[in-house]
Amino acid sequence: MTDQPVLSTTDVVVEYRGRPPLRAVDGVSLAIGAGEVVALVGESGCGKSSLARAVIGIEKRASGSVRFDSSDVPVLGIRRRPREFTGMQMVFQDPNSSLNPRRRVGDQIGDGVSAALARGEAGSDPADWLERVGLDAKAARSYPHEFSGGQKQRIAIARALAARPRMLVADEPISALDASTQTSVAALMRTLCLDAGAGMLFISHDLSVVRRIADRTLVMYRGRIVEAGDTETIWQDPMHPYTEALLAAIPVPDGAGRLPVTPDDEDRLSWTELIPEALERTAE
Amino acid sequence: MSILAISDLHIDLRTSDGPRPIVGGIDLVLEKGRIHGLAGESGSGKTMTALAILGLLPDSMTATGSIALTREGSTTELLGAPRQVLAGIRGRRVAMVFQDPSTSLHPQISVGRQLTDHMRHHLKVGKQDARARAIQLLERVSVPDPAGALKKFPHQFSGGQRQRIAIAVALACDPDVLLADEPTTALDVTVQAGVLQLLRGLVDDIGLSVLLVTHDLGVMSAVADEVTVMRAGVIVESAPRHQLFTAPQHEYTRSLLAALPGSTLEESPDVLVQELLGAPTGAAPSPATADAEGDE
Repeated sequence: MTDQPVLSTTDVVVEYRGRPPLRAVDGVSLAIGAGEVVALVGESGCGKSSLARAVIGIEKRASGSVRFDSSDVPVLGIRRRPREFTGMQMVFQDPNSSLNPRRRVGDQIGDGVSAALARGEAGSDPADWLERVGLDAKAARSYPHEFSGGQKQRIAIARALAARPRMLVADEPISALDASTQTSVAALMRTLCLDAGAGMLFISHDLSVVRRIADRTLVMYRGRIVEAGDTETIWQDPMHPYTEALLAAIPVPDGAGRLPVTPDDEDRLSWTELIPEALERTAE
Repeated sequence: MSILAISDLHIDLRTSDGPRPIVGGIDLVLEKGRIHGLAGESGSGKTMTALAILGLLPDSMTATGSIALTREGSTTELLGAPRQVLAGIRGRRVAMVFQDPSTSLHPQISVGRQLTDHMRHHLKVGKQDARARAIQLLERVSVPDPAGALKKFPHQFSGGQRQRIAIAVALACDPDVLLADEPTTALDVTVQAGVLQLLRGLVDDIGLSVLLVTHDLGVMSAVADEVTVMRAGVIVESAPRHQLFTAPQHEYTRSLLAALPGSTLEESPDVLVQELLGAPTGAAPSPATADAEGDE
């Protein structure tokens, strides 16, 4: 990891219109280096996806800034983005909507390759990318509907990586997949990112997957990061009551037949408080 | 007492190269008032087994063997049963809950109607009675403001509430057997905990029998009474929960348990990736994963 983070955000705020406005992301600062996998976890509705979209520039920020390499990321929208920002790629939750159903898989991965070429990076053959995600090179001539959900998501990952990103932002990339392939696809993403020297922001509500692939973990509750740091440290010894509750709710596979603990509503009150020490958990 | 007995079940996929076995002769007994967990990787045939029980296999698949449903001493053979017989059993005596409640509930029909429609069809109850029962069901599954919920639509609820509603819909006709296919996989862990408590409560209180299909051994350990592990269409091990987790007999079960989180970051992802990509990983099995991906 280099000293200069590839991606950093400062006090990002995302609000949605309404009365009163809904503050989905409430001042989040984070930094991710090259070759580092950072997971963002939290329950649905905590603002994880809004933050991811703000980071990549497709969501309007109410305030705060995002830096990628050494340039500020403006709000880009979903239109064609300036060349320098194709070094940030995103993998979305549902490959059915992120892949174009009417274009051949090879051509779509080719878009990623062109983006890399346009930035002066090395080109590559889409078929190689298919092989790297465990698909047949011949699949390049097929259309997305010819693949299963897990295979489609791997195609989407191949397309993102073909652009030779320095940062991959993945928003629940595995939650639409068949339950038993989720961990393997997540592990594949980690391996490919590290091979490419890219950083990854991996958003998931599945804590057991996160534990296996993330170097660092950020725990988000109601738009704010409540605990952050080394994944295993947080796992072994959570400091914030919210993290504790999340981890306590994971059933332990010990055969004892113990039902996991559901948090009480009163507990939720204590979860909004910020504990400064919990934001810098380091490995022992 | 056995309520559902599967014996020598074979499921074959018809392909241009001849039949390909998906499930290769399994035996499984679901006891009344118990949760029987069916574990296994993608493509191990666990979901297809559950679908075969209700005669819901895709047209490209054929099933042979026997699936016998017992109630009050009389036994019905489900496999190859005529449509009418199956129609009287689906939702009435055997109900199913799926992974994703946002696709299993109809988005444009009110929760109330989804709850009462098949109640009125199967149980021939009147509108008022059905409504009263629907409110009771929503109370049982802990959906807040049950009467108000009846008028709402699925999108107005959170994921966890939707899954509770899907369970209420499944329970509407007081079935004997509930087939639950990855019922908590799409949920947050905090919400999952509540749904697992609900399932356990239903089994203990009303004597429901549940066939729980899941890849999550944590879930299995929390609620299942018996656990059957499937791999590549066959059963590798079936044992009471405690025994399976503490003294697994089969090498494959041991490898599944060993692969649980807690293993170190350096080595585990590589093993998983190799499994996914179908590369040989020594003792760890891979054909099941590689095979199954293609026919989701």
